[in-house]
This record gives sequence, structure tokens and C-alpha cells, in this order.
Amino acid sequence: MSKAVPTTVKDKIMKRLIFSAITICTALFPVPETAFAGSDDVVVESPWARAAIGTTRPGAAYLIIHNTGDEAVTLMGDIATPLAMTAQIHQTRISADGVSSMVPVGEILIAPGHSIALEPGGMHAMLMMLQGPMKEGETFPLTLTFEDGGKIAVEVPILGVAARGPDN
Amino acid sequence: MQRRAVLKYGAAGLCALGLTLFAGWWRVDGPGAVEPVAQRPAPLTEMEFRLTDHEGSAVGPDSLIGRASLVFFGFTFCPDVCPTTLSDISGWLDDLGADTKRLNVVFITIDPDRDTVEAMADYVGYFHPAIRGWTGSDDEIARAAGAFRVRYEKVPTDTENYTMNHTATVFTFAASGAFVGTIDYHEPREFAVPKIRRALEKETGDTT
Repeated sequence: MSKAVPTTVKDKIMKRLIFSAITICTALFPVPETAFAGSDDVVVESPWARAAIGTTRPGAAYLIIHNTGDEAVTLMGDIATPLAMTAQIHQTRISADGVSSMVPVGEILIAPGHSIALEPGGMHAMLMMLQGPMKEGETFPLTLTFEDGGKIAVEVPILGVAARGPDN
Repeated sequence: MQRRAVLKYGAAGLCALGLTLFAGWWRVDGPGAVEPVAQRPAPLTEMEFRLTDHEGSAVGPDSLIGRASLVFFGFTFCPDVCPTTLSDISGWLDDLGADTKRLNVVFITIDPDRDTVEAMADYVGYFHPAIRGWTGSDDEIARAAGAFRVRYEKVPTDTENYTMNHTATVFTFAASGAFVGTIDYHEPREFAVPKIRRALEKETGDTT
């Protein structure tokens, strides 16, 4: 049989076999973080946090979440990090007479092709009951969860207490 | 017949006008009036309160007379608004350069229970060196906030002990103590810096 098959054809068969094997393996053993239709196309950029003074004060982290796919995705309001007992996305609100308050945002729908920014003056990842210090120069992992079950983990660099953005 | 129609429309018009006026009165001066928004702070010369700065010195509104001032309220357990305001102000001061020497910049806590003199010293040390941190007793903080028409309230939370809602506006005063204007929370630098310059130029401003 093998004698009758020319080498080029044999190569093609080989390639197909390898391809099928990969396909089957991928289907059988999905990589947990990438196997979700919507959140699969989410890209997180420019994460940063301000250093906290001591561990009794809450911390805040900022990042930009892009939905590069063609399906809407829903980001859950509860996020996770080993650095804080509780972490939630909060929104700063300023009333008509200038009074600021913070409210948990809950779920956030990100339309296809759109992005949401957690940045000073808007939303932030509020890190409550810190389990350790947030020191400038260190990083910590932060995991975002989406409604479809997908999770995205990012490593957040800790900048100075007075930092204004990811480059400062 | 035509006259009746004119009368009818006239009456309807008058009625509508009356209702509009009544609705206006109801919402502005009457029982439907909303709380007055964004009242102006008193001139510094008319304020009375005694606080302590982050270096332990006794301070009050009179400490600010003679130089233009930027005053704002917050607390050091504030994860977003206060560090944002303090770093915004640090950036404005960098822009002002040498003029910063002609300016008082004061951050007054509305959470004196947690913001001791030491806590304030720790905190302001991370921002522009011109920024002073003032704290004091609950009563004196309340008097200061009242004079600046600043509102604040303690909000219990599930996880943290409590957080504070507070007026996040920055107030500018002339060297005379006259109130000059406000800078909104997170206002862009291109608007904020000229506002500070206006306070600096108004050295001999009236005290109305």
C-alpha cells in the first residue's frame, strides 16, 4: 500500500492526520480559559493599580477591556484576586452639587467591537480587605469573570500612590 | 360665534399660563422645591474653625489669608476620588511651576476618626510637597465643612467599616480670602490651571 502512494500524497495524508488529531484533542481537552464563545474574544489592556498605604485602606485597580468579537459579552461585577478578600467593580458618581459616592456596578454588557475603561474618575476595581500590602513595583493577579463562564486573568502592576495612569 | 371662540381660546391660554406659573412656583419656591445646589463657600475671613495640619501646627482660615488658596475635602481611606484629586492637583501644581509658591493648597479630611495627624502626614507625603493635610475634632471639621458648604456623610459598608460620601469640588480663594470659584472633580488640566491663575491674579479681590 505505502509503496503505491507517492511521497507528496503521503505527506498530505500525514498532515491531515496531524490536523485531525489536534482538532480532536482540542475538542476533548479544551483549554479552560479560551473555550468560551464570547469572552474568548475579550482583550484586557493597560492594567495598573495605585499602591495602598498600609493594609487597612482599600485599593483600586484600573484596566481597559476590549470586546474584539462579534458577540456581546457580559462582565460580572465580582472579580477575584488573592490580594483582597472582596473585589468588585465600582463606579464613582458625582451628584449635581458635587458630592461623590461609590456604587457597585454589577454586570456590565460590552457590545461587540466596544470596550469599557476602568479609569480614574469613572469605574475602578475596588479591592477590599487587603490580605497583604500593595507595594509600588510589585504586581498581583486579577481575574475577571464573564457570564458565559470565561475567565481572564491579568497581572496588574502596582504604581505609586500618586499615579495618574498606566504610564505614570 | 367668532367672539366666543376668541374668549374660549383666551381663557384656555390664561389657564395654561396660570398653571405654568403655579408649576414654576411649586418647583422653585413652593413645597416641590429641590434642595439648593452648590452653594458658595463663605469668604475665608468669615469662617471660624481650628484644625491641626499634618505637621502638628494649629491652623485655621486665617492661616490662608495673604496667599491665594486651593481647598478641597476628602479622606485617606478613599481609593479612587481622593488620590485622583490629589494627583490631578499635583499635576496642576507642576504646570504652575514657581507660582505654586504663591499658593496655599489644603486637603481637609472629613473622616477625622481615621485620619489622625500621622495618617494625614503619611498620605500627603506621596503627593506634591505644597499640599497640606488638615484634620481636627469632629466638631471643628463639621464647622469647617459648613463654612465651605461641603456635605459629607458616613456610609456603612459590608466589607469595609464604612466609607464616606463627600463634596469632591476644589474651591479657589483669592489672597484676600474672597471666594473665587470651583474646579470640578477630575476637571481637565487645561481648564483647571487657568482657574487657579485667576485666583492668583485676584490678589486684591473683594470679599463678597
